[in-house]
Amino acid sequence: MSDDDSDGSVGLVETQTARLFSAEKPLALASGATVGPVDVAYETYGTLAPDRSNVIYICHALTGDAHAAGWHEGDRRPGWWDNLIGPGRPLDTDRFFIVSSNILGGCRGTTGPGSTNPATGEAYGMEFPLLDMADFVTVHRALLAHLGIPHLLIALGGSLGGMQVLEWSLTYPHDMSHAVIIAASSRLTAQNIAFSAVARRAITDDPNFAGGRYAAEGTNPDVGLSIARMMAHITYMSEDALTAKFGRNAQIEGADPGFGIDFAVESYLDHQGQVFLERFDALSYLYLSRVMDYFDPFSRPDPLARVVADPVRYLLLSFDTDWRFSTAHTLRILAHVERAGLPVTFRELRSPYGHDSFLLVDPAYHATLRAFVDRAGEVR
Amino acid sequence: MSKHSELRLDLALVADQIFEGSRVLDLGCGEGALLEHLMATRRCRGTGVEIDAEAVLVAIRRGVPVIERDIDVALADIADDSYDTVVLSRTLQTMLRPEYVLENMARVAERMVVSVPNFGYYPNRLRLLAGRMPISKEIPYAWYNSPNLRFTTLTDLEDLFAQLGLIIDRRYTYTQSGRRLRMYGRVPNLLAGAAVYVLRPGR
Repeated sequence: MSDDDSDGSVGLVETQTARLFSAEKPLALASGATVGPVDVAYETYGTLAPDRSNVIYICHALTGDAHAAGWHEGDRRPGWWDNLIGPGRPLDTDRFFIVSSNILGGCRGTTGPGSTNPATGEAYGMEFPLLDMADFVTVHRALLAHLGIPHLLIALGGSLGGMQVLEWSLTYPHDMSHAVIIAASSRLTAQNIAFSAVARRAITDDPNFAGGRYAAEGTNPDVGLSIARMMAHITYMSEDALTAKFGRNAQIEGADPGFGIDFAVESYLDHQGQVFLERFDALSYLYLSRVMDYFDPFSRPDPLARVVADPVRYLLLSFDTDWRFSTAHTLRILAHVERAGLPVTFRELRSPYGHDSFLLVDPAYHATLRAFVDRAGEVR
Repeated sequence: MSKHSELRLDLALVADQIFEGSRVLDLGCGEGALLEHLMATRRCRGTGVEIDAEAVLVAIRRGVPVIERDIDVALADIADDSYDTVVLSRTLQTMLRPEYVLENMARVAERMVVSVPNFGYYPNRLRLLAGRMPISKEIPYAWYNSPNLRFTTLTDLEDLFAQLGLIIDRRYTYTQSGRRLRMYGRVPNLLAGAAVYVLRPGR
């Protein structure tokens, strides 16, 4: 799987799907509810070592998918974390076997609220059960079992992906040797929840949402979903990044003022909202963002007991201009993990780009991941 | 398979003060050489604190857990008595609040190892007498570019230890070339280029 045109790329890849739970043997959720069947979309890059000791698991963020690296036939852009994954890249596919899957409740090939409910023959809609961070982990583990992978060298993720890694490391620490948690949180603040609440309200109050039955009714809450995306997107960027990119530039020089897209930044947001409609489902947005709101693993009794008994090496990274999940969120995780006596490395990286920095190429960021991953690869 | 020979001389002495199997907090750990050595040869666990980005990268590559923060800020988040030994190697003189740092070191560990350059070393005194700020192997900076904020002689430092209720269990003093001085009392304040103290909180 090499691509001569793009040095360091894993080249052409395809998303695969595995049925991990059936209607007869459904997935048991943390809430006690069950879902079945459950299909999971995933991709893998690199080669599994004969002793299966070289596996890195990628957990994606709120609107990510299984396609983390390489190219799909005919696409204009590579996978969302392509700058990190490939031959010679920090997650070096010449040495590591990388697994990336779409999370439960998503809309990119894995079973979610947009999937068909076998009981009704229609999309689940709001009948889909509420999810918990633990449910994502349950499904990741089922995929590993399906792939015959007993142990991870590293579990790694940014934002909601980092939250999955944190949950996983606390509940099944023997699954992994290393955990990399980037620009994530162990507990959303009121402000974080507030932003998500407005995004969800934009969706649910769109008349085309139809109580979540929009698929059955042949509509889609385009307005609500695009507004949700536009607002979320603002929180992913820093003020400086927006200023640098657009300033107060007019969209059309010399145009008369009005209530349309007068400023370049308005055009950008509008575009972000529109392209989001092509790849994301409104119900998935509700379900997945709600999981983040409720995530608070350190509030449980003795939350670190398991990982203390079976230590994981942590790397915690934040970005100084991230105001979606500021460094204070990562420091909170650091305090818990360090106080438990676990080996933990923390860096706050400088980047002008806010929360989105974890998806971008930054020399210090990538050098840090490379150093940690290279070391992990040596001592495995 | 001791890597002792690779350790800087003063770090080797610091390493000798640390018990097998300890949990060690190394403040100003640099590239993590001490912790790597302790983890590899003494079954120690630990955390480094370092603010120099390049050094932090080297420590990460070595597999040394390191927190990239200012020492005083990082210390404030460390729990009481959560380490066996806390180390501060040639760093106290760069601290804006050395008193605060020492107090917090005493709070987080029952054993402290502190190494310092000696401003009272006689060539420094001679240079000052000649009307010049001291520059030496231990203090190799001009006044305007020195990272050192707090200059102390061993005598002044020991006064501060006493004031903070820190008990000196051991003191090792060196000449500038790294030779151990077998002297006691106040003479090393004149003849030592640097010293390593092993302290414990008097609580």
